[in-house]
Amino acid sequence: MSAPATLRLTAEQRAVLDGADGEAAALAMRVVCRMAGVAGASRLRPIASAHIDGCIYFGVSMLDFAERLVELGAEVRVPTTSNVGSIDLIHPELFQGDPATAAGARKLMDAYVAMGCKATWTCAPYQLPARPGLGEHVCWAESNAIVFANSVLGARTDRYGDFMDICAAIVGLVPDAGLHRDENRRGQIVFDLSGLGERLLAADAFYPALGHLIGKEAEGELPVIVGLPGEVDEDRLKAVGASVASSGGVAMFHAVGLTPEARTLEAALGGEPPRRRIPVTAAMVRASRDALGQMPPGTALDAVCIGTPHFSLTEFAKLDAVLADLDPPALAAPFYVSTGRWVWEEARRRGHLDRAERLGVTVVVDTCTYNTRILSEDATRAMTNSGKWAYYAPGNIGVEVAFGSLRECVLSAATGRVVREEGEWS
Amino acid sequence: MVVKLEVRPLTPGTATGAPLRLAEPLSFWGGFDAETGRVIDVRHPQHGEVLSGRVLLMPAGRGSSSGSALLAEALRLGTAPAAIVLGRVDEIIALGAVVGEELYGRRCPVVSVEGELPEVGAAAAATVRSDPDAGRGEFELV
Repeated sequence: MSAPATLRLTAEQRAVLDGADGEAAALAMRVVCRMAGVAGASRLRPIASAHIDGCIYFGVSMLDFAERLVELGAEVRVPTTSNVGSIDLIHPELFQGDPATAAGARKLMDAYVAMGCKATWTCAPYQLPARPGLGEHVCWAESNAIVFANSVLGARTDRYGDFMDICAAIVGLVPDAGLHRDENRRGQIVFDLSGLGERLLAADAFYPALGHLIGKEAEGELPVIVGLPGEVDEDRLKAVGASVASSGGVAMFHAVGLTPEARTLEAALGGEPPRRRIPVTAAMVRASRDALGQMPPGTALDAVCIGTPHFSLTEFAKLDAVLADLDPPALAAPFYVSTGRWVWEEARRRGHLDRAERLGVTVVVDTCTYNTRILSEDATRAMTNSGKWAYYAPGNIGVEVAFGSLRECVLSAATGRVVREEGEWS
Repeated sequence: MVVKLEVRPLTPGTATGAPLRLAEPLSFWGGFDAETGRVIDVRHPQHGEVLSGRVLLMPAGRGSSSGSALLAEALRLGTAPAAIVLGRVDEIIALGAVVGEELYGRRCPVVSVEGELPEVGAAAAATVRSDPDAGRGEFELV
């Protein structure tokens, strides 16, 4: 094919397109060049690493694409991590769906390993020991990983998806466009939290609810959050990011005083005035929390699911502390925690899992409870502390969702019924 | 009434179908079922609508990057929209169309109006013509 007229390729890039590096690289280059045209890029730029989301099995087209690349001899050119698959390879018995899907899921994961991807199988690659630094250009796919890389790490990735991720990893190039460029990383819409009380800002469930609200309001503009406490940790920023990506397709936000490109409001805005300023009220956040899913206290639950995006080491420590504090004799509802295999091993080694395992908590690795069949087929009501899980689970696995804090999730699991603590919200 | 607009071409092809204008952005992943061609996002005002064969007008994409796979899958199964007219460029949707064509040779032209979507009223058909290599794109409502 000829490259889009707006795109200038180097002689070396042109040769790859013409097949000099083999058919797989040519196919990958064709896709990258097409997408450069879509993005309006005038050149391609090298990347340091990639994170692949295309390894989750959503049907035959994904396997067709990966296996075509493997057949053609594809190999990644940069260090490449893998997002979740559709099955837990370490505990395959957890999968409750049909065997054909399980077989397809395994073949797809095998194909990505065959191309040289690391078997990390996590949607939180930012929790792995090696992660990109400030200003580093990468190709990360999966909406929560993208927003975390851009916002919290200050690395630069555009909104890449399945197929494009592996093509970029194979050629080591992406279009020079979108969030790779300074001018597109400026904040545009300010969310001012100065009207909110300290107790609300300290609440666990505040962060997914805030993210959901910002995603709904942002309408394609890059959000700047003003007024988050300085001690907000990466787990809470992860929760904000996952929610803004779910409800608003947001690929980056600034949090003044917290994220690396937002030392000050002026820096976050890149010297321009904001297009809009939204004073966030407690009533708005409460409405957003309720929109994520509510059920009357006492409603019977079929499951409690946490760890979306994947549970971190510090979250395992927090869960252990909540379990120690509440000290339930047993859990009445099945309780699932999704995490990456590296964090799981490490949490176990540090003893964060002893109490949870004694209580029968199921740790799911390599995949996630909201996008594959782990819950039993007849589960209809579930509770979560995740804005992302709350957003997608009704469509994906057909459950009604109650959203609440980690503590409410544990209390509810202990009784098997929804428990609410209105404390911070009243 | 005939409406003819110049649009930005993103992926190539020409297609005609009954227009459907979405009131809110949609994520194909988690929001669309490739088996049935229906909108399954329970929060979407047009939950339950069938997108197959339609000229789909949508303000924007939204949400997870797995949306491309769902559109490619719909092209494989024959449940995809005939064409997609976006309010603003969405790489995830365009990529689904690019890959669907690479794998299955089936096209879903994707274009962007770069602004407010036109009203479709009671129009029975719409046509999208998109040629990114020549830089030409057109949306026509009949």
